[in-house]
Amino acid sequence: MGYTFAEKALARAAGLPSAVAGQVVDARPDIVLSHDNTAAIAKIFRTIGVERVLIPDRLAIALDHAVPAPTPQHAQNHAEVRKFVREQGIQHFFEVGRGICHQVLSEAAVILPGQLILGADSHTTHYGWMGAFGAGIGRTEVAALWATGELWLRVPESMKITVTGRLGKGVTAKDLCLYIIGRLGADGGLYQSIEFHGEAIENLSLESRMVIPNMMAEFGAKNAYLPPDQAVFDYLAEALRRRVPTPPHTAEGETPRQDVSALALYPDADARYASSHTFAAEDIPPMVSGPHRVDASAPLDHFRGKAVQQAFLGTCTNGRLEDLALAAEVIRGRSVASGVRLIVIPASAWVLKEAMQRGYIQDFIEAGAVIGVPGCGPCMGNHLGILAPGEVCISTANRNFKGRMGQPEAEIYLANPAVVAASAVAGVIMDPQEL
Amino acid sequence: MDKTPSSIPPISGRAWKYGDGVNTDVIFPGKYTYTLREPAEIAAHALEDLDPQFAAQAQPGDIILAGKNWGNGSSREQAVTCLKYKGIAAIVAKSFGRIYFRNGINQGLLLITCAEAVDAAQPGDILTIDTAQSVILLRGHPYPFPPLSPTALSIIAAGGLVQHVRNKLGITRSDVVAVSEGGG
Repeated sequence: MGYTFAEKALARAAGLPSAVAGQVVDARPDIVLSHDNTAAIAKIFRTIGVERVLIPDRLAIALDHAVPAPTPQHAQNHAEVRKFVREQGIQHFFEVGRGICHQVLSEAAVILPGQLILGADSHTTHYGWMGAFGAGIGRTEVAALWATGELWLRVPESMKITVTGRLGKGVTAKDLCLYIIGRLGADGGLYQSIEFHGEAIENLSLESRMVIPNMMAEFGAKNAYLPPDQAVFDYLAEALRRRVPTPPHTAEGETPRQDVSALALYPDADARYASSHTFAAEDIPPMVSGPHRVDASAPLDHFRGKAVQQAFLGTCTNGRLEDLALAAEVIRGRSVASGVRLIVIPASAWVLKEAMQRGYIQDFIEAGAVIGVPGCGPCMGNHLGILAPGEVCISTANRNFKGRMGQPEAEIYLANPAVVAASAVAGVIMDPQEL
Repeated sequence: MDKTPSSIPPISGRAWKYGDGVNTDVIFPGKYTYTLREPAEIAAHALEDLDPQFAAQAQPGDIILAGKNWGNGSSREQAVTCLKYKGIAAIVAKSFGRIYFRNGINQGLLLITCAEAVDAAQPGDILTIDTAQSVILLRGHPYPFPPLSPTALSIIAAGGLVQHVRNKLGITRSDVVAVSEGGG
């Protein structure tokens, strides 16, 4: 009998020879992620009655959700996070402005294929892009992990999604995800491990692959998985060499893990899936998701012409270099429409630097865009682009929930970076090929 | 297995009822997640963007009934704690977002999956939930539900994950100076 990726990954993390769907295991994650919520988690941690984190090297902490601090309360929160990082000797700490946790942990190869990462962030599914098992958990669970190093997890059933062929011109991994979620519903993958297979997936760039497991949080998934290939291993090996400089108060010179593929896992050919779905990439058009549900998605044509006041390019879903490149190509030589703000927030400092070198940032500024500090930006309504009542935003983010961007009387539409850029230029939701 | 007792006494409460796909952002808006820390403050914003009447009118012991995928979205624990601090005794839904489900268990909030009871109940009905028998009683009719896992029951019975971990590590309550936000 064969095993799925999830069964293999959680058996490994629990130190068991094997595990099957439905089994509850005590898993020991390789990395435990938290972000601006670290101070609140530290408070819970202290209520347990433990002074020291059991394995400090397994913690990764990034300040990204509201950065730099927009209010005195946020500043106090950040100060408490930094104090905790110092006291506990946390090495994997990413300061304000380094970027969004999932992006910077990927760029720094803090997690590797086959490993388990649990994070107090629902988009911890992200790490499936490299064939790691990533799942979101709650704050109290992170506190428990700091204290004990282990947590109960139910081994999920798996759904196999095969995407054949090749995505068409102007169609991205984001459109693929909005299409699948629209077809199967926001709870279509509830509690499940979503495995992606097929030619269309194999042919995606690494940055495009990152979009897919990230978006699977909106499908109800526990985790998602793309089979890691040589391109993934090359990226991670290079990432280890390039590693983001560690802050001064941490220990230096962690030994690079040379063989980044050592733990890579692949499902068996005879693994058992709860369900299987096949999609033809050629059938998928550019998609837009309307308010206030991610599964309220439809082909772009359905929403074309809807007036927008804000366009947001960024987030852990679509704030990477190729996303900025797609948008810059649309915006170059054009201007943001009167009455529209285009907010561009690179997913990390590295993305920002590369985008500057390639001239994308100049393209955006010349078109009238606003460039923000690498981080989550206005995605979850903290700062840097809150909407007013009655306003409409088209965004490259992963969520369009009511009130998500700080104002329940506003509307959020989700789309790929080129569509967001074209809409900023047109002032209405627009197909970039029709500009 | 740990030695925590896994029995939870039956509870009865008045029903509030909501539909499918209620997400974490309307249960507890993201704009408050790093600034509000006191239980009373957090409770005051419960369901703010879903039902503005709720925070003012809900009473301790009330039960929430919901459709499919209650609590989908963010991992924010306040989407559970805002209701726990409000005194909500249990949530009965057709299904839950998976992180929400874990957060509920870990905060010692009873989460039950029972589509039949949700369909049958009206707002204001009185429900009795008996976890020992895995049944909901509504107007004299029994609605069985799948039992929670032993792990989940032992966490709820301990009063939440914090106390469950203390039990596991052999830490007694008297060892702990302050138990506040997020504690059992």
